[in-house]
Amino acid sequence: MTATGNPAIESARRPREGGRRLPLHWVGVAPFLAYAGLFLLLPTGIVVAGAFTGNGGLTLSNFSTLNQQYLIKAFISSIGLSAVSAVVGAALGALFAYAVATGNPRGVLRRIVSSACGVLAQFGGVTLAFAFIATIGGAGFITLWLQSHGIDPYAKGVWLYEVPGLVLVYAYFQIPLMVLVFLPALDGIRPQWREATESLGGSTWHYWRYVAGPLLLPAFLGATLLLFANAFSAYATAAALISQGDPIVPIAIANLLNSEIGIAEPGLAKALALGMIVIVAVVMTLYAVLQQRTARWLR
Amino acid sequence: MANTAPVARAGVEVRLENLQRSYVGVSALNGLSLTLAPGELVALLGPSGCGKTTAMRLVAGLEEADGGRVVIGGADVTNLPASKRDVGMVFQAYSLFPHMTAWQNVAFGLQMRKVGQDERQRRAREMLEIVGLAGFADRFAHQLSGGQQQRVALARALAINPKILLLDEPLSALDARVRARLRDEIRRIQLDVGITTLFVTHDQEEALAVADRVGVMNKGRLEQLGPPTEVYSRPATPFVAEFVGLTNRLAGVVRGGEVDVRGARLPLVKPGVTDGPAIALVRPETVSMTADPDSSPGPLVGTVIGTSFLGATSRVTVDLGDATVLAQLTTTDASKMPPGTRVRLILRPDPVLVARDEKAATEA
Amino acid sequence: MNRSRRLKLQVFRVVVFVVMGAFFLVPIGAMFEFSTRGVGVGAPRTLVSWTTIATYPDLVAAIVASLELAAITSVAMLFLLLPTMIWVRLRVPRLNRVVESLCLLPLTIPAIVLVVGLLPVYRWMSDNFSNSILTLAFAYVILVLPYTYRALDAGLSAINVKTLSEAARSLGAGWGTVIFRVIAPNMSGAILNACLLSVALVLGEFTFANILSYVNVQVAINQLGQANAGVSIAVSVASLLFAFILLMVLSFVGAARRSLRSKPRASDPRLEAVWGQKA
Repeated sequence: MTATGNPAIESARRPREGGRRLPLHWVGVAPFLAYAGLFLLLPTGIVVAGAFTGNGGLTLSNFSTLNQQYLIKAFISSIGLSAVSAVVGAALGALFAYAVATGNPRGVLRRIVSSACGVLAQFGGVTLAFAFIATIGGAGFITLWLQSHGIDPYAKGVWLYEVPGLVLVYAYFQIPLMVLVFLPALDGIRPQWREATESLGGSTWHYWRYVAGPLLLPAFLGATLLLFANAFSAYATAAALISQGDPIVPIAIANLLNSEIGIAEPGLAKALALGMIVIVAVVMTLYAVLQQRTARWLR
Repeated sequence: MANTAPVARAGVEVRLENLQRSYVGVSALNGLSLTLAPGELVALLGPSGCGKTTAMRLVAGLEEADGGRVVIGGADVTNLPASKRDVGMVFQAYSLFPHMTAWQNVAFGLQMRKVGQDERQRRAREMLEIVGLAGFADRFAHQLSGGQQQRVALARALAINPKILLLDEPLSALDARVRARLRDEIRRIQLDVGITTLFVTHDQEEALAVADRVGVMNKGRLEQLGPPTEVYSRPATPFVAEFVGLTNRLAGVVRGGEVDVRGARLPLVKPGVTDGPAIALVRPETVSMTADPDSSPGPLVGTVIGTSFLGATSRVTVDLGDATVLAQLTTTDASKMPPGTRVRLILRPDPVLVARDEKAATEA
Repeated sequence: MNRSRRLKLQVFRVVVFVVMGAFFLVPIGAMFEFSTRGVGVGAPRTLVSWTTIATYPDLVAAIVASLELAAITSVAMLFLLLPTMIWVRLRVPRLNRVVESLCLLPLTIPAIVLVVGLLPVYRWMSDNFSNSILTLAFAYVILVLPYTYRALDAGLSAINVKTLSEAARSLGAGWGTVIFRVIAPNMSGAILNACLLSVALVLGEFTFANILSYVNVQVAINQLGQANAGVSIAVSVASLLFAFILLMVLSFVGAARRSLRSKPRASDPRLEAVWGQKA
């Protein structure tokens, strides 16, 4: 794609003054709109439209085919995995964020942790999977160490390469993401509230139960939702760890695209994809609503 | 607002005995002792870092003293945590719980004391009426102005019937106009309720206006404690003289219980000062002037070089050649002597404080 | 705060930092450890896994392809976004919302979903156009849109685009000159940021490549993982370090050029994740 010889920009080089006002200004945005249309909106449209397309015209048959046992299991697993990963990440991340927030706001530790979380939250995919394989995989560093001390972490099956393992691996980017989202909320808690509670006769428990807890709840729930959407959408890490089966929806979609069933019924993968979009959209809307509440109280 | 002499009211006596507090090698409080009579309002006045807020936080129990005692109503509370001291505290800003309405905020202390829901609401609304916010009970903090928020904070502090009321610069974050009005309201409510009160501020006008006694603090110590009129007109140290009101520093010589300032002989606040050169601290309102275009030069003759209009009064700056003097005149008088006028100064013979040298005079 | 409470808090903080530090550092250390293992029990450390990277031609080709993709994506992104964003600021500010929403859209559409719709598009392209892995750049530009838009937006906000361009135009400059010789040099930090982000994201991308059946570095690592774990982990460490350094450079360059305007709209914290800025 040659974006250099941008016709819109060239023509604007000769400004047309006076006379009729042509809708020239739209032209400048045209290349971008065309590009986004072709590579962003079109694929999305293909997914949405394709979900409702069967052999010859509009149909809901794709959704009834979705009713297959293994696909329903995939959805349940995905939702379950995302929920657990979100809760674990949110709880641990909140504790981590609290430890950071109670330190010097301009200190070195705070800045290092913030930058590190920024980097780690983006760290995922194959590299992350391999990092964990190197750590507690079959021949991993920790695995070998544990085995040399008589503990076999895989006595009950090789869980790292199945959905439960994903909870552990996802925590690696979920916790930093939680810190990034939740830390601003913690910063918004003013020390005067704690002191006012104390002077009015409240104990630490009262403070968390009646003041800090209710104030932080929307932020915490919102962050949990964000973590849910993040885990739900993730594909690469799972693909690198799980080599067979359709345990979660993203992998199910990938398998469908390469399999005979999928080629015979192209609408199926799209229906799955549409299901994903709907779930993520709902979660993100709830998140936005909770963010507003937080912003009002903790600015 | 007249400052009545302390009268025995329903409040309790509060004693601070030799309080000490230091952070990381810096001593914030250096042995502060102070007794508040029942129902008295004492203002702690001083620049930032003088220790006044630290003192208040020690009384509140928000920080632990390194030495000394706090005694409230005869009971030693030094080792009690804040939640058990029964103090009412109003912070400078942002102290209302944002997720609760005004009445819920006010009722919070009652909730901590396990008062029932209906009774809580009733008493909270009562308190809000006392502070003049009867119709605002269901509003949230972000729906209230700064002054209204502080009133709610006051109601909240008083709702629990505390033994002492602590006000930590409650007006500093407000607009000037709101400040003056709220200041008088706070004093009125305090007198009505009769509660012993400690009021911390860096604004000397505020302190002088509301307090029964003013304690001027500097670098962790109390420099003077007394009624506002005394602190103002008979400052005990140069720091107090500088901090409370404006002061002119004029070179002079002490002789026989008086100080000779450029020809004018002024009595001394502390007559026992030894003779010799000294710096006299002269209040601008004791300086007046007459226009004197033809007179010969003298130590108190100079030229007006500037005028600051303050409303009913104006501050006039006069250049005497080797010194600059601030005088406070009525605006009418000041308008008769615009910049450029040659004037002769007259110093009213009010007792003045003297400092031995320049360094002591500028100790602030 | 009283002393016992402060002490409890400090203990809590130390424990949390130690545990978290271990959790995040151990896997990285384990990767180093794994990739330097010798053969057999008690064998000494070796860099064999690293040095034999060059002997896997497919892997090398994939690395080269990924680097080329990173470069192409950065350039394409700049040529697409920068003129558009400047144009919007100068001529059609009303369209700002539209452009911004389009750019942030990829954050809410999972990659795996988008690639389902991209498959037919890419099939058409490889039938009628080209089969090269470099066509992935088209999709990658979309992928990096949210982050690079944010970067360039911050840079444009910090300079007065309108005045600069009007001054240049009144002196006779054409649009090309305005963009490349007037505006771009004044936001070099933001442009560098956007490019670094693109490179980091492209190097770490797996989903698009895998589903569209191209072999980029992450796909290659994954494939090689079965056969030779040591080498694939060595490459993983390398790509990780590379991305890490890039993003660290980013946070320092970004800190120096932080926009002074506060952002009133709530934004996706995954953007903040890359920027390390307060939401």
